[in-house]
Amino acid sequence: MDITWYIVLSAFIFAIGVAGVLTRRNPLVILLCLELMLNAGNLALIGFSRMWGNGDGQVFALIVMVVAACEVTIGLGLIVALYRRRIPIDVDEVSELRG
Amino acid sequence: MSATTAAWLVLALPLAGTLIISLLWRFLPGRTAGWIGTAAIFGSFVFGVLALLDLQDHPEEERHLTSSLFSYVETAGVKADMGILVDPLSIFMVLVVTGVSSLIHLYSVAYMDSDAGYRRYFAYLNFFVFSMLVLVLGGNFVLLIVGWAFVGFASYALISYWYRRTTATRAGMKAFVINVVGDVALVLAAFLLFKDTGLLDFAGVFEEAHNVYTPNDGTLIAACLLLLIAACAKSAQIPLHTWLADAMEGPTPVSALIHAATMVTAGVYLIARMHPLFEFAPTAADIAAIVGLATLIMAATIALVVTDLKRIIAYSTISQIGYMIVGVSTFAHVAGLFHLMTHAFFKALLFMGAGSVISAMGVGGDASIDRMGGFRKAMPFTFITFLIGALALAAFPFTSGFFSKDAILAFNWERGGGYRIITILGFVAAVMTAMYAFRMVFRVFFGDPVPEARELEEGHVHHAEPHNPGTGEPEDTDVGYPGPDHAIAERTWPMKAAMSVLAVLSLIGGIALVPGVTKTLEHFLHPSFEESEFAEMVPSASTEWTFGAVGGVASLVGIALAYMIWMRRRGTTARLIDRFPAAHRFLANKWYWDELYDYGVVKPTAAFGNFGRTVIESRFVQDTIIGGAVGVVRVGTSFARSVQSGYLRAYALLLLIGMFGLALYFLIVSS
Repeated sequence: MDITWYIVLSAFIFAIGVAGVLTRRNPLVILLCLELMLNAGNLALIGFSRMWGNGDGQVFALIVMVVAACEVTIGLGLIVALYRRRIPIDVDEVSELRG
Repeated sequence: MSATTAAWLVLALPLAGTLIISLLWRFLPGRTAGWIGTAAIFGSFVFGVLALLDLQDHPEEERHLTSSLFSYVETAGVKADMGILVDPLSIFMVLVVTGVSSLIHLYSVAYMDSDAGYRRYFAYLNFFVFSMLVLVLGGNFVLLIVGWAFVGFASYALISYWYRRTTATRAGMKAFVINVVGDVALVLAAFLLFKDTGLLDFAGVFEEAHNVYTPNDGTLIAACLLLLIAACAKSAQIPLHTWLADAMEGPTPVSALIHAATMVTAGVYLIARMHPLFEFAPTAADIAAIVGLATLIMAATIALVVTDLKRIIAYSTISQIGYMIVGVSTFAHVAGLFHLMTHAFFKALLFMGAGSVISAMGVGGDASIDRMGGFRKAMPFTFITFLIGALALAAFPFTSGFFSKDAILAFNWERGGGYRIITILGFVAAVMTAMYAFRMVFRVFFGDPVPEARELEEGHVHHAEPHNPGTGEPEDTDVGYPGPDHAIAERTWPMKAAMSVLAVLSLIGGIALVPGVTKTLEHFLHPSFEESEFAEMVPSASTEWTFGAVGGVASLVGIALAYMIWMRRRGTTARLIDRFPAAHRFLANKWYWDELYDYGVVKPTAAFGNFGRTVIESRFVQDTIIGGAVGVVRVGTSFARSVQSGYLRAYALLLLIGMFGLALYFLIVSS
């Protein structure tokens, strides 16, 4: 199978993730969309790895997964902290750092 | 013990007293602080006497001892030791200062008894004596300036002692500001002399001055006039005399100590100490004599009309210091210093008596003599001592003031020429002196007893509502204001003891220099003035007695006039005021000096300060410089601020745009 399909699929998933991050206000959904973007990147890496026939891309993909797991942990932790402080679960509400 | 060691101990004791009282005040119950302070000053007096005895053992030409603890300042070309000069003049001043001070401390032990700030008071008082001793013992200009400034501060602290009284704090500031004018003049004089002689110690400067200056040299006259300004500020002479009357806001013993007996004589000491310079610049000395003469007449006229008891004595002080300044600046050194000593005795005594009377009028009592009268029966002891003080002030024959005042005036007649004018005007002022001295006696102690006096005759001291007689505002009695008990001399032995000693000294103090009989003081002070060309110019005993007779007549005429005006025909003053309203207004407003300074100095300065505050500070500094800088930064950063919207999505979008931009750039570059 041609590499093109992998890349196109990856690009679609990434675009969906971007759209979600930019439009949604619920931090939980934003985290999900971030995951989508990361996994789109992973798909592209695996695809290239297959194209070249070596394991370098797969190593990168594994590292990205570890990073994603950390990021989800922190992200969910932030959401719990917001909830505990009775702040609405809405990223537009936490905008105190504006200039 | 050598004289210098004793002199160092004279300095050390009051300093130790100050430190002990101010550091350990929490652990000093009751009157302990007062007794520590009194003991320190009395010890100082004892060491002063020891220094005197040792000094008299030296041959006459070796009575200029110097001693240095360490080198105070030493850089290229400048050398000043932490050194003292012990000679008859400084020992004389030490004895007058510590002697009168220890009596005033003793008086204060009882007088300030119920004051909430008792310990603070004695810490200040000891510090004042220490400063004064530094001033008179200092052997070079640096220490003189240090003592001079310390004394100014101590006076400020003591005038503003009842610091919740606005009138007191204002009076303190006024005294301090005017004293600083004198400090600056003294520093400039020292600079001027140092520039030409390159030396700072007195003996060196005096010797070198004869080499570098010609007689009546312009620079030397300038330096002497600066010294005169310094003396005028400390000794309340025209035109810097206005602070002394307001300084009466302080506690009465402070007035006795600082504003009568010791601090205000610093200017006299300064001129006496600098006499080699003044004799080398006679023009400056003549100007000083004119200033003294003008002051002594002006202050005597004011003392005739003011009604505040303490202010009458204050103006009398200004006037008497005028005599001393005239004395030392016409080079009647011994006579001038003699008057300094006798004046310290009788003026301190008068203030103590006034304090006792004011106490009897009640707390914060009205010191206006219009409300006093008939205290003679109620306060016999105060009456007798006050009368003795008034007799000495009026130069009644054979009291101490009689010998000292007439010595100055006889000397000036002997110098001849224009100096005889001083003698004539001096006797005119002597008549006025006797008049205002007995105006106080007749108004306060004679006549019908006022209610306060009747109350006291029945054995009860009047208690008035604590209020400020100046402004009528209620007093804050929690922070150092005479408490519920007020001490009158009849009921407290420390006050009685101090006043008795001073009364005796006021009566017989003249024996130090009776014309033709004793010359104790002249012999003692001679080594300090031996190189003076006027040292040998002593009027003959017969001349002195002639002028003594004139002075006695002047005194008796003054007392008789006072008796006529204020006793015999009590309405006379009212008639005089009706006849000469303008003259009375002029005198009652103290020759409008305060108004002159108000419009000439205070108001313009305040207007300038206000201009600086509203225009320079608020418009220029705040609005233009600071506001402008803020505006520039604000405009310059407005784009950066608008980007920081605080919305997560906006940041994410910017991130993406940046990333796509970079990706696009690399695609274009690589293709």
